[in-house]
Amino acid sequence: MVNLCSLTAEQIVKGIINGDFSAEEYISQILERIEKIDDKINAFIIVDSSGALEKARIIDKKVRNGEDEKDIGALAGVAVGIKDNICTRGLRTTCASKMLQDYVPPYDATVVKKLKDNGAIIVGKLNLDEFAMGSTTEFSMYGSTHNPWNIGYVPGGSSGGSAASVAASECALSLGSDTGGSVRCPASFCSIVGLKPTYGRVSRFGLISYANSLEQVGPMGKTVSDIVMVMNSISGMDNNDQTTLDSETPRYALRPKGNIRVGLLKELVEGAEPEISKCIYSAMDLFSKLDCKCQETSMKSIEYALASYYTIAMAESSSNLARYDNIRYGFDLSPDSYEWNAYFAKVRSNFGEEVKRRIIAGSYVLSSGYYGKYYLKAQKVRAMLKQEISLLLKTFDVLIGPTMPVLPFKVSEKIDDPLKMYMIDIDTVIANLTGIPAISVPAGFGKNLPIGLQIMAGEFQEQILFDAASLFESAANVHRSPEL
Amino acid sequence: MMSEIKIGLEIHCQLTYLQSKLFCSCYCDYRFKIPNSNVCPVCSGLPGTLPLLNQNALEHAGLLSIALGCNVPNEIVFYRKNYFYLDLPKNFQLTQYNAYGITSIGVNGKLEFEADTKRHARIRRIQIEEDPGRLVYENNTVDNSFYTLIDYNRAGVPLVEIVTEPDFTTPKEVRIFLNKITSIIEHLRICDTRLEGAVRCDVNVSIGEGKRVEIKNIGSFKEVEKALSYEITRQKTMSFHEIEIKAETRHWDDARKITKQARVKETEEDYRYFPDPDIPTVVLDNAFLLTLKRNMPELPDERKRRFIAHYELSDHISQVLIDNKELSDFFESAVNIYPSPKAIANWIVSDLIKFINGDNHSQPQSNDQGGTFHSGLKIEAKHIAELAQLVDQNIINRNTAKGFLNQIIKTGEMPSQLVKKTNTSKIDDKNMILEAIETVFRSEKSAVNDARQNSKAINFLLGRIMQLTKGKVDPKIALDLIKKKLIESS
Repeated sequence: MVNLCSLTAEQIVKGIINGDFSAEEYISQILERIEKIDDKINAFIIVDSSGALEKARIIDKKVRNGEDEKDIGALAGVAVGIKDNICTRGLRTTCASKMLQDYVPPYDATVVKKLKDNGAIIVGKLNLDEFAMGSTTEFSMYGSTHNPWNIGYVPGGSSGGSAASVAASECALSLGSDTGGSVRCPASFCSIVGLKPTYGRVSRFGLISYANSLEQVGPMGKTVSDIVMVMNSISGMDNNDQTTLDSETPRYALRPKGNIRVGLLKELVEGAEPEISKCIYSAMDLFSKLDCKCQETSMKSIEYALASYYTIAMAESSSNLARYDNIRYGFDLSPDSYEWNAYFAKVRSNFGEEVKRRIIAGSYVLSSGYYGKYYLKAQKVRAMLKQEISLLLKTFDVLIGPTMPVLPFKVSEKIDDPLKMYMIDIDTVIANLTGIPAISVPAGFGKNLPIGLQIMAGEFQEQILFDAASLFESAANVHRSPEL
Repeated sequence: MMSEIKIGLEIHCQLTYLQSKLFCSCYCDYRFKIPNSNVCPVCSGLPGTLPLLNQNALEHAGLLSIALGCNVPNEIVFYRKNYFYLDLPKNFQLTQYNAYGITSIGVNGKLEFEADTKRHARIRRIQIEEDPGRLVYENNTVDNSFYTLIDYNRAGVPLVEIVTEPDFTTPKEVRIFLNKITSIIEHLRICDTRLEGAVRCDVNVSIGEGKRVEIKNIGSFKEVEKALSYEITRQKTMSFHEIEIKAETRHWDDARKITKQARVKETEEDYRYFPDPDIPTVVLDNAFLLTLKRNMPELPDERKRRFIAHYELSDHISQVLIDNKELSDFFESAVNIYPSPKAIANWIVSDLIKFINGDNHSQPQSNDQGGTFHSGLKIEAKHIAELAQLVDQNIINRNTAKGFLNQIIKTGEMPSQLVKKTNTSKIDDKNMILEAIETVFRSEKSAVNDARQNSKAINFLLGRIMQLTKGKVDPKIALDLIKKKLIESS
C-alpha cells in the first residue's frame, strides 16, 4: 500500500474527498507509524487511537454520503497532533508536568474546537518542555523528545513534540505555542514550517498560560501551504479571549510572488554560527534572484531584547503558575497531617528545576522595590523594540534572519547551563516582544543538521509573510523528510 | 493628654444587581446554592481559561465613583494581586492598583456628612475587584475544626472597594458616614445591602503618634462602631500605661465584642502587583461618562432637599427617612396613595420604626441584614396611607389607630376593614354620648357625687363611659359633656 503518512495536509484532504483512500486507512497508517517509530522520537505523550479512528469513520461516512466538501471540512481527515499545553476536552492535558499529570480538561481550547469543526482528527498530545519553559524539549516529565534528523540531537523546543512528530510523519500537522520562539525554534531544528501569528490573531483560550502577553498558538506543518490551511481554520476573533483582534479575519491564500522588499537583520546573522550565516546569506541571494529588493539592515535595540523577554516571561509565569496548588486538580498527595502552607510547599516542590527557576526569578522581578528596576524597565525596552521594528517595517515588507543562532545540538549538551540555553532564543523573542508574526521555513543544512530561515512581517500582515515564505520555499526546495 | 484620633475605612461592596460574575457568565447571586455549583472553568481558575470583563460592572462602579465625587480616569487597568490562599482559585486576585499610575475606576473623591458639625471624608480611591471563594469550617472556626471546606460559588463575584483617607475622629462619625454610604449605594441600585456579606468594612485606627492598627473581620456595618469604640479605648489605655502600640492587624471578635491580635506576620506581605495581560486596558470615553450622568438617579442629599421643600418635612424627619432608601420609598408610596406627607412621615418615623428596630433603637439601621426593612411585618404603604386618612377624617382617633398598627403588622388587614370588624367608628353624635353618660350617671351615683366635690373623680366617670362605648367616643367631647351634665344635674 502507498505510504500515506508522508503526504501533506493538502494532499490528504484531496485524497479523502476524491475517494483515493479513506480517512480510516490513512489514520490507521498514522497510528501504525506512531506505534513503530515513536519509541525513538518520543514526540507523543498520549495517543488517542480509538478516538482518532472513530472520527475517521465519521469522515468516511460523510464522504460516502456525498456530503458537501465544506461540511466535511477544510481539514477533513487530516491527522493533527496538539501540544500538550493546549486543552482537549476529555483528553489528558499535562503540560509535561507532574502538577497536571492527571488533569482532564472539561473543555476544548478554541483552536482545538475550530480544528475539529474543520474535520481535523486529533491523534494525540505532544511532548514539550514543562509548561513550555525551555528550548529543547528536555525539561519534560515524559523524557526528552529526539530530533528525527538525528536522534542524538534535540528537536528544539518547547514545542519539540509538535515539530518532531510532523518531521517524522507521525502526523501531518500540529499545533504548538510560541512564547519566545517555541514554535519556530523546533520548526527550524526539525526542518519543517512553523508560524507564530500576530498577537491577537489566534485565540489563546485553552492554551495553558506561560506568559500571556507574549504567546500565541501556532501551526506547524511540512509546507507553507499547510500552514495557510490551518490559519484559515484557527485564526480570528474569539469571544473567550479579549486579546483577539475584533475584526474580520482575512482568508489567507498561497500566492508566491516576487517584488517583496526584504531586509536582512545584520545583528542576527552576525550572531549566528558560520554555517547558518552562510545559509541565510544564500537565502537573501535567492530572494534577489526572485525579483525581490534585498538590503541588509540593522536593529539597534536587539541587544536588550533577551533580557526584556526573560524578565517579562518569568514575571508573568510566576503568577500564572501560582494556581497549581493541588486543591482543585493535580496529582495524588494526601493533605493529611500537613499544615496548609507546608502542604503547599510540598506540592510545589514537584515542579521541575527549570520551572522553579523561572517562578523564583519572576517573583523576584515583581517584588516591591524591584518592579521599577526590572519589570517596568523590561516593558520600556519592549516599547522601544516595537517602535524600532515598526519603523523598519515601513522600509521593508519583511525582515529576515536565521531562526536560530545555533545548529541543533546533542541531547543534554546545554541542559546544565541555563544562561547558554536562554541565549539561543535571541533571534525569536523579537517577534514575541513586538507582537508581529514570524515564520520559520527550512533553508538548508549545516553539518547535516537543519537550518531555518526566519521571516517577520508587520502586525496582522500574515499574508505578506506567506507570500515571501512560499516564494522562498518553492525556489529553495529544501528536503523535508528524514530517513527513520 | 489629648491625642488626635484618625480613622480610615476600607468598604467592600458587592455589585449585587449585576447578572453575572466579574469575569465569567456564572450568576452573581451565589447565595443559598449547593456548594461549588455556581462555578465554571473561568471562575474556578482551570488551566487555560481567560477572564472576560463584565462591562456592566464598569457602569455600576462608575456610578458610585461619580456619586462620591471621584475623578474617573480615561483608561483603567486591572492588576493581579498575588498571594496564596485556599479561597483564591488562581492564587491571585484581579483588582486595581494605583501605585504605578492612576488606573482605578475612581480616585480623589469627597463625601460630606453631618455629624455634630458639617464634615467630610476624602475618598482615596474606588476599585473594582473579584471576591474570593468562601471557607466553611466544620465547627465555625478554624481552631477546633478537623477539616475545612471550600465553596467557590462566591469566587469572582464583582466588588467595589471604597478606600477613605483617615478623616474620621469618632466612631459616631463613622456610623453616620456608613449610613450615608449605604443609602447612596441603595439609591444607585448597585448593591442590595441587606444581603448577608454584601457590604463589609475594615477600619484602621491610630491615636496621636501611635502606629496604625487595622481591624478586619467586622461582620456588619452595625458592628463597626462597637469595634472602633473598643479599639480606641484599648489604644488609649495602652498609651496611658506607656505601652507601645504596634502596627498590626486585629480581628473583631463578634461574640466577645473585643478586637484580638491576628496571626503576626514576620514580613510585610508583598503582593507583586502587575497589570493582567489578559485584560486589555479599558478606555472610558466621553460617551461612557455621559451614559453615567444620564443614568444617575436622585441621590440621598438631593432627595432630602426635595423632602424638605416639597413635603415640608423637618430636617430631622427627612434625614431619618433618607438614611434608609426603603423607608423613603415606603414614605413616598404612601404619600402617592394619600397626600398627607407630614402625617405619614410621622407615622413612619415615630411609630413604624419601633417595630422595625425593636424598642431599643432610636435610629433606623439601614443595613439590617436579611429580608426587607419591615421583614416579617405585614405592613405596606397602603396601610399607613389609610391609617392617616382615617385619622384625618376623624373616623378613628390616633390612639385607636396606634392599636390598629399593632394588629396590621401581624395580619396585614386594611385599617378600614378593622374599623368595620371592631365597629370602632368614633362616636361623635352628641346624643349617643349623652345616652352613655345618662347610663353611667344612673349606675354610679356615688361617683357622680364625688365628682361634684373632687374634679379628679371625673376621670373615673370618663373611664366608665369609655368602657361602655368600647373607647369609641372622643374623650375630649365626652369630658366636656360630663362637666356640663354635672353642673346641670347638681
